[in-house]
Amino acid sequence: MQRVKKFIENVGWPRILIALFLLSLFVIAPFVGVRLDASINDTLVRFGMNGVLVLAMVPMVQSGCGLNFGLPLGIIAGLLGAVTSVELEVTGLAGVLTAMLIATPIAVFLGWCYGLLLNKVKGSEMMIATYVGFSSVAFMCIMWLALPYSSPNMVWGYAGRGLRTTISVEAFWQNAISRFASFRINEFLAVPTGMFIVFLLLCGAMSLFMRTRTGTAMTIVGSNPEYARASGVNIDKMRTLSVILSTWLGAIGIIMYEQSFGFIQLYMGPFYMAFPAVAAILIGGASVKKAGIVNVIVGTILFQGILTMTPSVINSMIQTDMSEVIRIIVSNGMILYALTRATKGRS
Amino acid sequence: MNSSKNLKMFLIRNAVPIVFILVSAAAIPFSQFSADYLIQEMLVRLSRNSFLVLSLLVPIMAGMGLNFGMVLGAMAGQIGLIFVSDWNVVGLHGLVLAAIIATPLAIVFGWICGVVLNKARGREMVTSYILGFFMNGVYQLVVLYGFGAVVPISSPKLLLSRGYGIRNTLNLDTLRRCLDDLVRCEIAGIQIPLATFAVIGVFCLFILWFRRTKLGQDMRATGQDMAVAESAGIPVLHTRVISIVISTVLASYGQIIFLQNVGTLNTYNSHEQAGVFAIASLLVGGASVSRASILNVFVGVILFHLMFVVSPMAGKYLTGDAQIGEFFRVFVSYGIISLALVLHAWRRHADREAARAHFRGQNSDKEAK
Repeated sequence: MQRVKKFIENVGWPRILIALFLLSLFVIAPFVGVRLDASINDTLVRFGMNGVLVLAMVPMVQSGCGLNFGLPLGIIAGLLGAVTSVELEVTGLAGVLTAMLIATPIAVFLGWCYGLLLNKVKGSEMMIATYVGFSSVAFMCIMWLALPYSSPNMVWGYAGRGLRTTISVEAFWQNAISRFASFRINEFLAVPTGMFIVFLLLCGAMSLFMRTRTGTAMTIVGSNPEYARASGVNIDKMRTLSVILSTWLGAIGIIMYEQSFGFIQLYMGPFYMAFPAVAAILIGGASVKKAGIVNVIVGTILFQGILTMTPSVINSMIQTDMSEVIRIIVSNGMILYALTRATKGRS
Repeated sequence: MNSSKNLKMFLIRNAVPIVFILVSAAAIPFSQFSADYLIQEMLVRLSRNSFLVLSLLVPIMAGMGLNFGMVLGAMAGQIGLIFVSDWNVVGLHGLVLAAIIATPLAIVFGWICGVVLNKARGREMVTSYILGFFMNGVYQLVVLYGFGAVVPISSPKLLLSRGYGIRNTLNLDTLRRCLDDLVRCEIAGIQIPLATFAVIGVFCLFILWFRRTKLGQDMRATGQDMAVAESAGIPVLHTRVISIVISTVLASYGQIIFLQNVGTLNTYNSHEQAGVFAIASLLVGGASVSRASILNVFVGVILFHLMFVVSPMAGKYLTGDAQIGEFFRVFVSYGIISLALVLHAWRRHADREAARAHFRGQNSDKEAK
């Protein structure tokens, strides 16, 4: 009994409830005519698609910058890379790599500026990050129209300029990473191995990085800034580095997302993209101050599992699509829970 | 020297409104709007939005920052309006009834919001923001699935064709402009909604009076320093909850006034926009996260909406593309909030660093001696 209590305390009620909810969805699924293998397939694909975006939360949480609501900034860098790679008409794996290569310097630069900004506003990072994300998305709405891209695959047909809201990458590099070493179990269930490999490699690299001297210093800056200052760690530099890392992972994450999804979504597309990622890592057990790789993996599976299962199962059960509402309540409820919890622990 | 320093301080304090005035002044000629049109439009928007923006003042006074949770109040107001249109109560009676229905709802929402924010002290803004999203989900659950199924709605006109859930847009024809047109007044072809302005004026007086009451003073003390207020015997947490409740209730009235002017209710969008635009307006008026006056409200509403009206047309004539102007104003509304938040946080951070440097400097002086 004591152990059960301790387990519940460690994992936290919301997480247990969500896990049970997901489990019950999977149990109910076959009885309401939803194919289990197809559901698992969707969950796997979504897990691979979103994993890196969730991973992007880790460095900033660890360095004490809070949840990266400014993820759209990184996403924009990724979008610029993706759009440029389509413009250059590079196909296959090379296309994805080109996108990532182009996105990297942009992400590093944007992340650096963003990091400098966040260093000036310690204590209110999250609110400002949210609005930095929003305004950069709104600013890019103008830029997508104005930038001199000209590939007929991407611009509006009648005007001859200005990028379209969604751009298909099917002819270029859809599933270029997912396809790698993927295998099919049956008609409905395939495993996108390539995506998992890249995701796990990035997770591994992150966990190794966190163990290096720099990574440890970053964690110390987050958990105890005074101690960090006393031991001669340059706080601002560590924070900037973490923001750059987060932004870069955001850029890589969105390219992973697009190559699986098959479309680049511009304009208001990235507007709310930070919220699912934030919710996922929190569902995985992270707090505003502490996040690890396990949180990323568990959280992404749980959150994306719910997103995949609720529409199909609840739809077949009550003939109504409540998935959108459930998504809003679960994801924001989780963020709210984390925000209100953190103060309790501190005082 | 001193006066130039004062001027500099003035410019820094009012950087946001000054930039706005300059941008609008440059954009007006390009937009090719007539002065009459702009004045009429500004009056309409002033009557429409001021109340919503004013509802933000109380929590700022209590040191809780910008109340992004005002969307909760807007939701309460909308629920009131939905019931009133269902029962077909028309005109001013309908409006008052909507407010009466909205009040208890807004009190409950505000109380929830206040309690949650008390648990997240120091990050009220981001928490109230997320709370707005969360309650939006709950609102959708209730209005989209509950209304007509659990909550009785008699008029099929309001319901979706499937038999339950409120339609995406409701026509408020029976309530439209019933407050604005209560007292008709026209000067030089420009209509002035006198009754609405009277309501707004009463509200301003209320705020002025409220600041002088015991509760108002308590709030200001809480806003200055929670620990000091606590030791002075002020029930800090309770006071904070009350400030949010007041703000939420007022926001619900504000949303009702807003929607009677617009005349259509976007059941699932109207409240979301209310928050962003009200906060942007207040900040454009020169308010900061910790300091806002009634003057900021009116200046802000005029400047923000001037830009709002002018920029799409100016953008269209300047670039030949209407969409760029459209995106520009979205960018400005978010950009201005970021700018104001950054400036505020920056100043606070700089103050803290300065205090720290001062403290250190004194110590090293002592050591030197």
